[in-house]
Amino acid sequence: MDEALNHLGGYIADKAGEAVASWEVALGELMVVTSRDKLPVLLKLLRDDSNSLFKVLVDVTAADYPEREERFEIVYNLLSLSHNQRIRVKVSADESTPVPSVVPLFNAAGWFEREVWDMFGVFFTEHPDLRRMLTDYGFEGHPQRKDFPLTGYVEVRYNEEQKRVVYEPVTLTQDFRSFDFMSPWEGAEYILPGDEKAKEDAAGKTD
Amino acid sequence: MVETEIKNLTMNFGPQHPAAHGVLRLVVEMDGEIVERCDPHIGLLHRGTEKLIEYKTYLQAVPYFDRLDYVSPMCQEHTFALAVEKLADITVPLRGQYIRVLFSEITRILNHILNISAFALDVGAMTPLLWGFEEREKLMEFYERVSGARLHSAYFRPGGVHRDLPAGLLEDVAKFCETFPAIIDDIESLLTENRIFRQRTVDVGIVSKDEALDWGFSGPMLRGSGVPWDLRKSQPYDVYDRMEFDIPVGKNGDCFDRYLVRVEEMRQCLRIMKQCVDEMPDGPVRTTDNKIAPPRRGEMKQSMEALIHHFKLYTEGYHVPAGETYTAVEAPKGEFGVYLVADGTNTPYRCKIRAPGFAFLQATDYLSKGHMLADMVAIVGSMDIVFGEIDR
Repeated sequence: MDEALNHLGGYIADKAGEAVASWEVALGELMVVTSRDKLPVLLKLLRDDSNSLFKVLVDVTAADYPEREERFEIVYNLLSLSHNQRIRVKVSADESTPVPSVVPLFNAAGWFEREVWDMFGVFFTEHPDLRRMLTDYGFEGHPQRKDFPLTGYVEVRYNEEQKRVVYEPVTLTQDFRSFDFMSPWEGAEYILPGDEKAKEDAAGKTD
Repeated sequence: MVETEIKNLTMNFGPQHPAAHGVLRLVVEMDGEIVERCDPHIGLLHRGTEKLIEYKTYLQAVPYFDRLDYVSPMCQEHTFALAVEKLADITVPLRGQYIRVLFSEITRILNHILNISAFALDVGAMTPLLWGFEEREKLMEFYERVSGARLHSAYFRPGGVHRDLPAGLLEDVAKFCETFPAIIDDIESLLTENRIFRQRTVDVGIVSKDEALDWGFSGPMLRGSGVPWDLRKSQPYDVYDRMEFDIPVGKNGDCFDRYLVRVEEMRQCLRIMKQCVDEMPDGPVRTTDNKIAPPRRGEMKQSMEALIHHFKLYTEGYHVPAGETYTAVEAPKGEFGVYLVADGTNTPYRCKIRAPGFAFLQATDYLSKGHMLADMVAIVGSMDIVFGEIDR
């Protein structure tokens, strides 16, 4: 299995030239990294070349890595029925760099890209209908980003006096608990609440 | 004669509508009774499952998968279990694999009964629903006997299944396999040759092979269009490669073919279930690696080590080595995939759930354009849509 994937990876890298930035086979899955502007070219090649024929765009998704320079990684999963193989294509982007839409190549991409826009705020150029997908009408923010809190910012309830649903800031009756599960001997830093201010003060005085 | 300009009518279909399969809201633009454009508004059942999973340990993430497509819970746990097993390099004992395949097929029948009967209800036949639900009840009893829950079972866990089959279950499954074909025949006798049912479904919502691939279809939606593609055959997982079964395909790709494919799939499920019952090996049902699978309660009373393992597994959980995988199984509705990114901690870094229904619903606009409003209901019914998995 891995041998066939290595072969395919090498073939695609040869054929696509500079559209493939790097490729690797890990855990029996082939992954190809490309650049934003070369993405449609590469996907078209993967779809139409007789040695790949990845005709089904199974999934488009993203992952957020805030520590990276371009924080989002957009992941395209493709499936070839004729060769019974899968491939994963990745590009990176950030909040301000748009990614070319692949709707002209695969109709299936439409909603998947809308979802990525909704959840991560990655913009797709020339998408025919880039509205929000899963969140509420009039929702603000992009919930799958790592800096978006799990509890969100607003909550809704039915207001009996106004006879309508009202939006209010989230109030937590119990503080949100996030356990770090780190071993106290292996790098967990226990800072008592308020202690970080003392450090800041000390730093301020030395200036 | 005075020319009058006729304006298209915009109609709101759902979210509270018996044929909306939960909370589908369709904004339909209509020219008389012809659908011109149809814009599905989804997300009314969005619960942020993917985000929640990022804050839970791998074991705590399992029950969320039951709640996605709540009529085929175990198949989705299966995907997650396979994905974690791939990343953490866990091998499941043979008996565990057989049990999983057996229950995946029970789940498939559960799902198809619901879809066929709800589809029939959408196009005007009431009885299949009543007959089908009796059988679903029997199947959910099997669920209850292995896991204690009728719907949200949390039974497939990374490393195997939660507990061994109770005594007598296999005999009862074998008995069910004997009696169920007669029920399928009964339901078929109500629908397959039924003139009204045929008028409502034949040549409605036709999808060609190329269109089905282009829209990312899978499962019965793809096979209904004549593409013999089933992940159980082409990319077998667990012990599906030992099973003997056929893959039904449709000819025209219309709603009626998709119905026929599902009916035949139920018969094939029974074949697989029988093979599982006959070949069921002895042995452990989950991995014996104590760092993944918690110890038995009896053991905990005797062994300090078991107690420590139990405590660690249910508080911190296990750490999965960094890596990423896209793992998919043939869920009853189609290809259900999980794109799992692990960063070496005890919680997933990213867990994207790829639901088959999401891709189907996307094509609603394309499929129902030019059809009558009532046909649109048939098309949506034949897609097998459940909102738990689409909205996530």
